[in-house]
Amino acid sequence: MDFVAILSIFVLACFVGYYVVWSVTPALHTPLMAVTNAISSVIIVGALIASAEAESEGAQWLGLIGVVLASINIFGGFAVTERMLAMYKKKERK
Amino acid sequence: MMLAGLTIEPLVAFAYLVSGILFILALRGLSNPESSRRGNRLGMLGMLIAVGTTIATHDAVALPRLGAAILIGGAIGFVIARKIAMTAMPQLVAAFHSLVGLAAVVVGIAAFLNPASFGIIDPATGAIHAASRIEMALGVAIGAITFSGSVIAFLKLAGMMSGKPILLPGRHVINIGALLAILFFTYGFFDSQAPMDFWIIVGLSFAIGFLLIIPIGGADMPVVVSMLNSYSGWAAAAMGFTLHNTAMIITGALVGSSGAILSYIMCKAMNRSFLSVIAGGFGAEAASGDGEAKEQRPWKRGSAEDAAFLMKQADSVIIVPGYGMAVSQAQHALREMADLLKKEGVSVKYAIHPVAGRMPGHMNVLLAEANVPYDEVFELEDINSEFAQTDVAFVIGANDVTNPAAKTDKSSPIYGMPILDVANAKTVLFVKRSMGGVGYAGVDNDVFYMDNTMMLLADAKKMVEDIVKSLAH
Repeated sequence: MDFVAILSIFVLACFVGYYVVWSVTPALHTPLMAVTNAISSVIIVGALIASAEAESEGAQWLGLIGVVLASINIFGGFAVTERMLAMYKKKERK
Repeated sequence: MMLAGLTIEPLVAFAYLVSGILFILALRGLSNPESSRRGNRLGMLGMLIAVGTTIATHDAVALPRLGAAILIGGAIGFVIARKIAMTAMPQLVAAFHSLVGLAAVVVGIAAFLNPASFGIIDPATGAIHAASRIEMALGVAIGAITFSGSVIAFLKLAGMMSGKPILLPGRHVINIGALLAILFFTYGFFDSQAPMDFWIIVGLSFAIGFLLIIPIGGADMPVVVSMLNSYSGWAAAAMGFTLHNTAMIITGALVGSSGAILSYIMCKAMNRSFLSVIAGGFGAEAASGDGEAKEQRPWKRGSAEDAAFLMKQADSVIIVPGYGMAVSQAQHALREMADLLKKEGVSVKYAIHPVAGRMPGHMNVLLAEANVPYDEVFELEDINSEFAQTDVAFVIGANDVTNPAAKTDKSSPIYGMPILDVANAKTVLFVKRSMGGVGYAGVDNDVFYMDNTMMLLADAKKMVEDIVKSLAH
């Protein structure tokens, strides 16, 4: 991909992010932060590539460390978001 | 790579695009508590696709060690997510930010050491693509700043470091100098791909993250946590640029905007400009501001029985919780109190100021944890006009966010901050530990001395439990 194509994706995604985040209800801003933590750990992809390729031992180990760090975030972020969201309940109507 | 006459690359790129879209839908779900859990599941699916695609398109030999690393990290994360107290969410989020930052640094360094594995080598020269060099340098810089800044934010939020701003002399000069130096060495790295430049960028960025957050006081932590959220997104996006990965770019842009918007909302709720938060020092001179100079003004003290009686007689009660409520863990007793009042036919609502907790939306989570239905909880702009028609405003553990000085006193440090107009209610019940202590901003509150205010001086939890007791019989 050339730079302009990547930049286009980035700029458009910023706009999408702007509108999507403003539509998040303020009551869910803490879960929003927790889940953004989890998804920004998609950086794990980079770590996986680094540790899967064998040419450089240093890069391999760094990649593995990255995988562990990002995994803490992914599992922790999604799980704690799930836990919080489960607590939001509507009034029981009788 | 060929598979049954089909090239793999477009499929891989498509898979990353799908996970990027699933992440958008995950955030979209949060527009409503009812759709939020489905959104979260879609986010997990997106992550599964991204990780699965990456592993499937690489050497299977690596699978055992990758699986082990994911398992170790996943187990740690999962246990933390289960065990963490909801009051500790801000420091957990700060800690998670630091991990994203560190992961970005680690990936950036790995890409620098072994650029071939990421396909970012220019075949003509054998060096890293010029554009990739800049993206790489920016990625590790933002990642390192996110990491060290979040570590400080974590220490401050967890109380392991004083919440007071620590002001180094000439800090602005140092910070700006360091930022310029990072840009300078980024140019150097772009120019010559000199390893020395790269390592200097990493080192400087770690240092500046510490320096940036150390002078920021505890009161501004909601902004800082949101800001670091944003940084962690930009770090991921920069890495996405380096590795030409759409999932990372889309996610980075989403998270980056999310954090930026939350910072904006928090700044607005405190009437602070973003720059003045970054400059730090807020709350440093607070303690010296009031003291012996202040004259003693009369105020009324009430008991739990008085409060119970008043609220039982009322038609409507609005509860205004603040962080003090969370500190004394009064939210469960508070819900019990609200339940008893509702049985008496009193309408009970909760009013939340955007900065009531330690991070955006924190108070809503704490109330949700105590089984308060979310449709009884209202945001400032939705409920503020209702105080005038309300019999009792029950303020518990909140102070600055109710202070009318924000509207009237131009010299007040909180002037211009939007407040909850509790003073308009017929009666104000103000739960507070003592008359001495004041809020974060260190300013006295006129609400204490109004004719229609009754001060309930006690630990928040104890007071609410006493009210519950006297309501019960």
